[in-house]
Amino acid sequence: MADILQLLVAGLATGAIYALVAIGFTLLWQTSQTINFAQGEFVMLPAFFVLIAMGYFGLSFWPAVALGGVVSVVVLGLLFKKLMVDPMMRHGVLPLVIATIGLAILMKEAVREFWGADAWPFPALGATTDITVFGAVFALQSLVILAICVAVVVALQLFLGGTLTGRCMQATAQNPTVARLLGIRVERMILYTFLINGALVTVASILITPIYLAKFTNGEWLGLYAFIAAIIGGFNQVRGAIAGGLLLGVVDNFAAVYLSSQYRMAIPLLILIVVVLFRPQGLLGRIEERTV
Amino acid sequence: MRRLKLAVVLSAFALLSGAAGAADVKFAYVGEISGSIAVSGGNFRDGIVLAVEEINAKGGILKDKIALTLYDTQTNPGVARSQMQKAIDGGPYVVLGPIFSGNVKVTLQMVQQAEIPQFTGGEAAELTTLGSPYLFRTSFGQQIGMPKIANYIRDELKAKSIALIWVNNDFGKGGRDKLLKELAARNIKLVADVSTESGQVDFAADVVKLKAANADAVFVYSNEEECARIMREARKQGLKGPFVGDTTLLSQKTIELAADAANGVVGHVGLTADAPIPAVTEFAARFQKRFNYKPDHNGIKGYTAVYAVKYVTEKKLGKFDRKAFAKTMHGLTITPKDEPGILMETTWDGVGEIDRISFLAEVVNGKQRISKVLPKLGN
Repeated sequence: MADILQLLVAGLATGAIYALVAIGFTLLWQTSQTINFAQGEFVMLPAFFVLIAMGYFGLSFWPAVALGGVVSVVVLGLLFKKLMVDPMMRHGVLPLVIATIGLAILMKEAVREFWGADAWPFPALGATTDITVFGAVFALQSLVILAICVAVVVALQLFLGGTLTGRCMQATAQNPTVARLLGIRVERMILYTFLINGALVTVASILITPIYLAKFTNGEWLGLYAFIAAIIGGFNQVRGAIAGGLLLGVVDNFAAVYLSSQYRMAIPLLILIVVVLFRPQGLLGRIEERTV
Repeated sequence: MRRLKLAVVLSAFALLSGAAGAADVKFAYVGEISGSIAVSGGNFRDGIVLAVEEINAKGGILKDKIALTLYDTQTNPGVARSQMQKAIDGGPYVVLGPIFSGNVKVTLQMVQQAEIPQFTGGEAAELTTLGSPYLFRTSFGQQIGMPKIANYIRDELKAKSIALIWVNNDFGKGGRDKLLKELAARNIKLVADVSTESGQVDFAADVVKLKAANADAVFVYSNEEECARIMREARKQGLKGPFVGDTTLLSQKTIELAADAANGVVGHVGLTADAPIPAVTEFAARFQKRFNYKPDHNGIKGYTAVYAVKYVTEKKLGKFDRKAFAKTMHGLTITPKDEPGILMETTWDGVGEIDRISFLAEVVNGKQRISKVLPKLGN
């Protein structure tokens, strides 16, 4: 029982990070029909911004995180939208998808060229101590990760549902034409979504990199897992992305222990196939009619 | 006048091309500059570069400067084959690398057929059993390292049971098989056998398995980055250890990446920049000055391989002859007195296996501390 609880918490902690990245996928899709296949690399990059701030500017960890966060939001939110999405969007979804795949390769290789192919240590947010509850030993770091992810998701939901800007963003996501008729500045709402995505991947990066270590290849699996999580949960629902991420993290950990660690990578793909076959809109997604 | 100009141009061209041809002896490094074990390949490469720069600064080998070309296998066997073919087509005097045992295996025959001496950083036990007379190790094969570590587990740690976590590639599987054989011979029970993937980043589930095994000691056998991630996860989950391993678990890069999580790790190291040997200490200082980081065992492997080539070519052959080179290497011992760049007395046997002293070590306060020097097996 203790093992199961430990696995559950560890899985939820990893899954919560997948969920943050997956939420970014769904937000961009809902507001701007953007599928960003560089999302994994978006998580890889902020950690390097923090390391640059620490190594080149001599900042301590938290100021470096603040600076890295601002740079990430500007580069991965504002510049991504202005320099890639806006010019490509008029050509349709597919060219943009291909462009983001190219961007992923560019980001990965650029980091390798600039920072090298080695992995680099990254400071952890919590001490490496553990807490014993009912005989189960939980890593403090996992609990910290989980708590931060929950706080970020709750804050995002409050923002989307409880503020005028958030509701305007939702209106933009549901029907941009009507939103525009109602006087909502749709372009600005879409830009906010990109900035929020920039912030989400920054948080995910700060949380995951102490475990993964900072390396140019980090985005490969993260991007894939988050994409799968978003599809499993429902690509057009934020709550679907959360559910998909958590489910994937937990299933991955349990599969590694109780099924096979060699085939653990196959389990998420199997779940994806089953969901696509029997519930293509995702576990919590809604069916969208094709516009003709 | 035009004829004169043409003659001058042709003479200059002939002089330049002649000079370039006579001045260089080609070395090829085919190694893991990127990919999952770039840490090891990078260290090996920099060791080579340092040795080449030193040798060239002193006039080269037999007065020929070394022209080093680097080929990146990307830690990918498919790429390794094409890169090795490119290297062979360039006609090198020796091939240095690869480090990744899987890459050594898939390219070994190509180098053998080209009859080019090859110094590999691979440690998988089977490499020297594949019958290439041109293959030479730069560090211990697992069949030499594992008996030493099994003795350590029995005699020093007094462990009766072991939980093993290993990387499922040629290096990891070879080490696992050798270790299990040695543990069985010493009546040490294996209570967990956790296989992981090369390049794996999340070890939470694997560490839960190790914890559940409740073993007397945990043996970690993987590449440097994965060792560091395992140690970080193990400390995060409160797994107490003791943690024991072979060279990679105690390497400089693992310690740097794992930070505090590496403290307390014990084991056997074939080569280390912290060896209590003045020549090694001086090498480490030169390496640090040149590349701005501390070398691990792979840096020493690359460095000493180049000096072995220099010694054999200059002192034993007096000419560049690949076949004669390979023959001479078998059964050869090079001492630091013969060639200071070899750093430690080193012997290669009839199949290219290496023998030299090795060390038992512990990580204390983020530094490797040598606790015991183990003699050469041939002594």
